[in-house]
Amino acid sequence: MNQSDEMVERRRPTLWGLAVGIWGFLARPSAQLSLGLLLLTGFLAGILFWGGFNWGLEMTNNETFCRSCHEMDQNSYREYRTSVHDQNHAGVRATCPDCHVPHDWVHKMKRKIAASSEVFHHLTGEIDTREKFEAKRLDLARSVWQTMKETDSRECRNCHSFDSMDLARQTDRARVAHTDAETDGRTCIDCHKGIAHRLPAGMTEAERELNQSMPVGNRR
Amino acid sequence: MRGKISVLLAVVGLCAGAMLTVPAFAGEPLRALRGNVAGEDPDPVPPLFPVREAGRYDRAFLDQPPMIPHRVDKYEIDLKVNQCLRCHDWPDNVREKAPLISVSHYYDRAGTKQDKVAGQRWFCTQCHAPQVDAKPLVTNRFQPATGK
Ligand code: HEC
Ligand code: HEC
Ligand code: HEC
Ligand code: HEC
Ligand code: HEC
Repeated sequence: MNQSDEMVERRRPTLWGLAVGIWGFLARPSAQLSLGLLLLTGFLAGILFWGGFNWGLEMTNNETFCRSCHEMDQNSYREYRTSVHDQNHAGVRATCPDCHVPHDWVHKMKRKIAASSEVFHHLTGEIDTREKFEAKRLDLARSVWQTMKETDSRECRNCHSFDSMDLARQTDRARVAHTDAETDGRTCIDCHKGIAHRLPAGMTEAERELNQSMPVGNRR
Repeated sequence: MRGKISVLLAVVGLCAGAMLTVPAFAGEPLRALRGNVAGEDPDPVPPLFPVREAGRYDRAFLDQPPMIPHRVDKYEIDLKVNQCLRCHDWPDNVREKAPLISVSHYYDRAGTKQDKVAGQRWFCTQCHAPQVDAKPLVTNRFQPATGK
């Protein structure tokens, strides 16, 4: 090895060296740029980043995305089609994220992070046939019911609320049930299961179990 | 070789012939045997009779399966699930304030009383039906039994 080779060797940047260099640059107070320009650049970059992030979030928060894997398209979406939340006389639809993704930021992020594990289950093909889906369905449904019980059916209440129900225009059974529900502290999902999908086998037992472990009447 | 060429010519000729006649078809309006009726103006929307909700129906005879005084279209009944049970099965009927399924529904076909609704009573709408406010299609002179 002659001397010039050695020089090259020494000058070749290592990763650590690069990091130290960049940090040195970042830590040095700017002498040339005005504070205003710096703030403005930071501000714009922030907007871009935040906008892009939210854009990504929105791209994965609509019906088209939810149906883009065949598990959802062939099972959940098919069953949801023509249900009252897909077609009704008012022409207002509730799409998958309306019921399954919280609106406020913190809970939405939580749900989105949890959803990334669903990608893994998709890749391992856990429910990639109708039979496998039906076999797993009770567990899936139960976890949705449990969440909705815990949140007092928060997602339903983005659109519905007892306060704005015109009880006088409801049917007898609905009027009685909704009047009692308000006083008993029961929540929408306690009575309205299977409104958008078919139900899993063994749901009656699961419902009784769930009501025992999470008794109604102690919410809110 | 000659044979192949003549077959080819015949095919080309047929295609050309077909292409010439197609515009002749396209020009004429389609005439169905029963005249031009199909698809012109859609049928008027048939009247929708809402299901009667409220109260109970009187039974016309002892042992009549009582008619259902509410909508049933949103309740799933199939091999996996029976949503009627949510409200009518014991013991949940108390919480839901719904009439309890008749005790007869808990006897299996061997006559043994079970804890669960018997299989032959699973498909409730076989025997129980909701009613709409529609004129009967045919008149009849049925009189309810008087019990005397
Ligand atoms: C995006 C808004 C939206 C959300 C979220 C939503 N709904 Fe609805 N829901 C509607 C609309 C719109 C209708 C139809 C109203 C109509 O035409 O009578 C409806 C109808 C219903 C009905 C009446 C069904 C029928 O057959 O008459 C029930 C029960 C119901 N919703 C329960 C729920 C429950 C439980 C949830 C939460 C899991 C929920 N909804 C979430 C908008 C929503
Ligand atoms: C105690 C049980 C119970 C609870 C809790 C309950 N409902 Fe209902 N609801 C009923 C019954 C019973 C009916 C009428 C029969 C049916 O639709 O199955 C009904 C009917 C409805 C209807 C249709 C109204 C009509 O006149 O057809 C809507 C919409 C609805 N519920 C929404 C909700 C929402 C939203 C919540 C939560 C805020 C809720 N319900 C909570 C029992 C309940
Ligand atoms: C009106 C609210 C509503 C809408 C809209 C809705 N769901 Fe659901 N979903 C539920 C409820 C409630 C459950 C819990 C099981 C049940 O009661 O049917 C559920 C359960 C599920 C499950 C668990 C498996 C099962 O069937 O129980 C999956 C997967 C699912 N939904 C996917 C979807 C997809 C995909 C869409 C959009 C095509 C969608 N949902 C739209 C309310 C909704
Ligand atoms: C949300 C709870 C609920 C569900 C689900 C339900 N029902 Fe009912 N049903 C009632 C109530 C409450 C009454 C009593 C109505 C009244 O007295 O005004 C009733 C009345 C009846 C009656 C009349 C009983 C009599 O003695 O006159 C029959 C029959 C009946 N239901 C059958 C069914 C069938 C079949 C299904 C399933 C397709 C079903 N019900 C689902 C709540 C329910
Ligand atoms: C094979 C026909 C048949 C089937 C299936 C059937 N029922 Fe009945 N049901 C009857 C008859 C008949 C009566 C009245 C005589 C009696 O009490 O047995 C009755 C009575 C009732 C009553 C009134 C009980 C009372 O004391 O007033 C209810 C509620 C009821 N059935 C609900 C249901 C439900 C819910 C299902 C589905 C799980 C169902 N039935 C399935 C025939 C049937």
